[in-house]
Amino acid sequence: MKKSISIPSIKNYRIDSVESLRRLREILVAGEQTTGKFVNVCCGSGCISSGSEHVREAFVSGIKGHELEDEIKVKKTGCHGFCERGPIVVVGPKNIFYQHVTKEDVPEIISETLLEDRVVERLLYEDPVTGQKCLHENDIPFYRKQKRIVLKNCGLIDPTSIEDYIKVDGFQALAKILSHMTPEEVIGEIKLSGLRGRGGAGFPTGIKWETARNASGEEKYIICNGDEGDPGAFMDRSVMEGDPYSVIEGMMIAGYAVGASQGIIYVRAEYPLAVHHLSTAIAQVTDLGLLGRNIMESGFDFEIKIVKGAGAFVCGEETALIASIEGKSGRPKPKPPFPAIQGLWGKPTVINNVETMANVSRIILNGHEWYSGIGTPTDKGTKIFSLVGKVRNVGLVEVEMGTTLREIIFDIGGGIQGGKRFKAVQTGGPSGGCIPEELLDLPVGYESLAKAGSIMGSGGMLVMDEDTCVVNIARYFLDFARNESCGQCTPCRLGTKQMFKILQDITRGKGRPGDIEILLELSDAVKHGSICGLGMTVPNPVLSTIRYFRKEYEEHILEGRCRALVCRSLIFYRIKDYRCKACLKCLQACPVDAIIGAKWQVHEIDQSKCIKCGTCMQVCPPRFSAVECVTGLIEGSGDKSE
Amino acid sequence: MADEGATVLTAAQDAGIYIPALCHCPDVSSQGVCRLCLVRIEGRRRPEPACRTIIEEGMVVFTDDPEIERLRRVILELILSDHDFNCLLCPKSGQCRLQELVNRIGFDEHRFSRLEHTAKDLPIDTSNPFFDFNPNKCVQCTICVRTCHEIAGIDAIDMAYRSDNLRVSTFANKPLKDSVCVSCGECMERCPVGALIPKKFKHPTREVKTTCPYCGVGCGLYLGIRGNTIVRARGDDESPVNHGGLCVRGRFGYDFVNSPDRLSLPLMRAYDEYAQPSSVVEMNEEGRPITLPLVKREGKFVEITWDQAIRYVASSLAHYKGDEIAAISSARCTNEENYLFQKFTRVALETNNIDHCARL
Ligand SMILES: Cc1cc2nc3c(=O)[nH]c(=O)nc-3n(C[C@H](O)[C@H](O)[C@H](O)COP(=O)(O)O)c2cc1C
Ligand code: SF4
Ligand code: SF4
Ligand code: SF4
Ligand code: FES
Repeated sequence: MKKSISIPSIKNYRIDSVESLRRLREILVAGEQTTGKFVNVCCGSGCISSGSEHVREAFVSGIKGHELEDEIKVKKTGCHGFCERGPIVVVGPKNIFYQHVTKEDVPEIISETLLEDRVVERLLYEDPVTGQKCLHENDIPFYRKQKRIVLKNCGLIDPTSIEDYIKVDGFQALAKILSHMTPEEVIGEIKLSGLRGRGGAGFPTGIKWETARNASGEEKYIICNGDEGDPGAFMDRSVMEGDPYSVIEGMMIAGYAVGASQGIIYVRAEYPLAVHHLSTAIAQVTDLGLLGRNIMESGFDFEIKIVKGAGAFVCGEETALIASIEGKSGRPKPKPPFPAIQGLWGKPTVINNVETMANVSRIILNGHEWYSGIGTPTDKGTKIFSLVGKVRNVGLVEVEMGTTLREIIFDIGGGIQGGKRFKAVQTGGPSGGCIPEELLDLPVGYESLAKAGSIMGSGGMLVMDEDTCVVNIARYFLDFARNESCGQCTPCRLGTKQMFKILQDITRGKGRPGDIEILLELSDAVKHGSICGLGMTVPNPVLSTIRYFRKEYEEHILEGRCRALVCRSLIFYRIKDYRCKACLKCLQACPVDAIIGAKWQVHEIDQSKCIKCGTCMQVCPPRFSAVECVTGLIEGSGDKSE
Repeated sequence: MADEGATVLTAAQDAGIYIPALCHCPDVSSQGVCRLCLVRIEGRRRPEPACRTIIEEGMVVFTDDPEIERLRRVILELILSDHDFNCLLCPKSGQCRLQELVNRIGFDEHRFSRLEHTAKDLPIDTSNPFFDFNPNKCVQCTICVRTCHEIAGIDAIDMAYRSDNLRVSTFANKPLKDSVCVSCGECMERCPVGALIPKKFKHPTREVKTTCPYCGVGCGLYLGIRGNTIVRARGDDESPVNHGGLCVRGRFGYDFVNSPDRLSLPLMRAYDEYAQPSSVVEMNEEGRPITLPLVKREGKFVEITWDQAIRYVASSLAHYKGDEIAAISSARCTNEENYLFQKFTRVALETNNIDHCARL
């Protein structure tokens, strides 16, 4: 067996020109070609939590045991997006995709796949529809309809290895602009590409840069917004963890275009791995001479710092984020002035989302025609969604703009779990609207989602099935909103509080006729009367559920019914006497002794004692299925009074 | 024609057009948080706060349309639902901006009755000797915070917490007395509602324009009088010296005027040969005592006349010259008095040993 050439150490290597970057890349690629076999273990936060660190250690020691450590490289990579199937391991040279790998599986993978070139069938992903085993990532339906531009390096490169990044064209976009493009040309390219901010509002990135470039002032700043406060969203985390270099390169290009020499990445402190990878990357890039003074002899200076955020949702809002960096309390400020004119320390500041920044190098490298060819006439490029909820394949998906919700949820997401019926999908995080089944063929885009009463937001996508009560969902998000409101605007501070109260009353069976109208009026005041995007959007879950599911609100209010059997005050459990076999199971399990009965005596629930925990229903043997859950306040209270 | 750079709110006010406003205070920058001053501006998607929107050539502003009116009412109802509106017991009643807003824009009683009205029941901060802070009345307009930052320059208070817990707080939520607050009362003066209220509050029946007696700055002030008693002091906005501002002494330190403990005559120690007791207390036309000096006899002070006092001081000073003597003047004197005193010290007493109590 031929020993591989060991990869040249890049210690002490300094890139001082476009030429030296090209040379380094060549050396690195040449070193790569002879090492055919590899093991890529996903070490994103998702896979780490399912034990991928142990899997990686097992590979390292197993391979050492076979004395193959020079030939087979074990690498940690960033997130593949399919965290639910983690830990994920990709084995080369054939890129076999193993899922749910445990450390016990490792010896088998080594001896079978790495030594004998045979596939370990049971670790492959099985298509639940066709029953077919999928050998490669791209065979899996979850990936087939995705278009991974931003995530292209995630799962491929070692996020702590700058060599890996350079091998996949890293810093080529930077080299291109520094050697061939003026700042104005860079801005022109971004403008033509049609890139819009991925942080929520979808503001055209090129125009934002141009504004900051033209704003007067010597000092300017580039801020990358990695606060990612939406519960359930983790696309920015995955990018920062899995491909920190792309974020850095994007920021540098922005810095060059705008005329800024300082960058700040604002990451929430709950993302320790992202902070770790970013700071490692910044140190490496600086050591290589790509950050600092006179980068590649172009006269362009740039440095990047990391600021950790304490985690308030509203601190993701740009002006609040800036206040937070300045050490003030994180409250949004009214705009104008916009940050591009007067931002951090009063200086012109471009603030862009992580995903926006990661798009930049791709656009510069491939040209605006390529980028604007992806997507729809109004929305260019791709968007990463964090697909969660009652969908089969939970994970991160990057799709072309204009992909329909149906394709995302059913083709990529694999449909609804447990064969249940789809009910609604909420897009855009806690202040997004709920979109019903009729609109499943809606293509995703900023305007199309807004028209449907929702938002693109940062890309949250929460799928709900028939067991979800939309009123309860609206209550849940209003609870989030009222707690996260910074409180300075009257309508947002007090309006969300009152809306929550009304929704809570409705879900508790205390709704009153007229509640819907008051909710609409309060929503209107919060939406139109607030300073920042939080207030402007938080009524969306309420407005959209009233718009599409008004009937369910009315059932709650007028009939005391919750058809999804979620709102506890509106449901009750009862035992069908003709099915009950008096087995004592539920009687013994009930935590509050609400069940009356005895051996040979059919059981019955004392409604005045019942706390509606549903234990009886769970423990009732399926062959009897004697316990049922029904809704209806009238019927329920009637039962109680008996 | 409105001034360039003016806001829609001030331009409207100058033109006599009413736009409701709660968190606006002309003395400090606008924050635009109450959202009551929202107006519709042609060509803009969203209603804009008049207090923060700069007027532009050809701008068309609608200060009132049914939609704006409803928006304002809902916001006002929300404020009321969060406010302890026991107006009968509130010292601010009659001068309260919230009452005025209710009168001017009104509210929908039906909708208001459907809102939850929660008593906040937060403790009242009575630690400051001059004014109380009642958070249950606070409407979170942040005027006090901006005042403390921009006018007092102290930053004793800020808005703390989030959501409907938002409230005015000192650092680490300590009582005002234990904060860096200097009790200037500027915030209290500007609070539009009854949240920051002077401890002793009586409405004056008339006002007298005067100059603060405390120090040489000479702030202009109006003393509010009720009967024969001073019940409040407020800065004279017109005074070029202080533009309406006052410090803790000028604003709150008027009690001594009517104090029974106040010295009404010069006092002198009795063992002094110059002391000639005067048993006569002279009265002025109003029957009030004319202040006279006092001397102390056998350990006690006895009253003497001003002439006697001055004569005593003059003859004592005659014994010393040059380095034998030093003079200290007072911050409570006017600049002119201080000037004269140093002149007297240098020329008559022939020494440069002159200093001032305000040197720290
Ligand atoms: C309440 C609120 C929370 C936000 N949170 C985030 C966030 O977590 N990450 C983010 O990138 N943008 C967030 N934004 C959007 C930012 O204000 C800003 O628009 C964005 O960072 C600009 O970058 P972009 O143009 O690249 O989208 C938030 C906005 C609001 C109103
Ligand atoms: S809308 Fe809400 S979160 Fe935004 S500034 Fe106003 S109170 Fe704060
Ligand atoms: S009294 Fe003066 S120093 Fe104290 S909080 Fe008010 S403005 Fe600030
Ligand atoms: S105390 Fe008065 S001035 Fe300060 S925020 Fe409350 S209402 Fe406004
Ligand atoms: S007066 Fe303009 S927002 Fe309060």
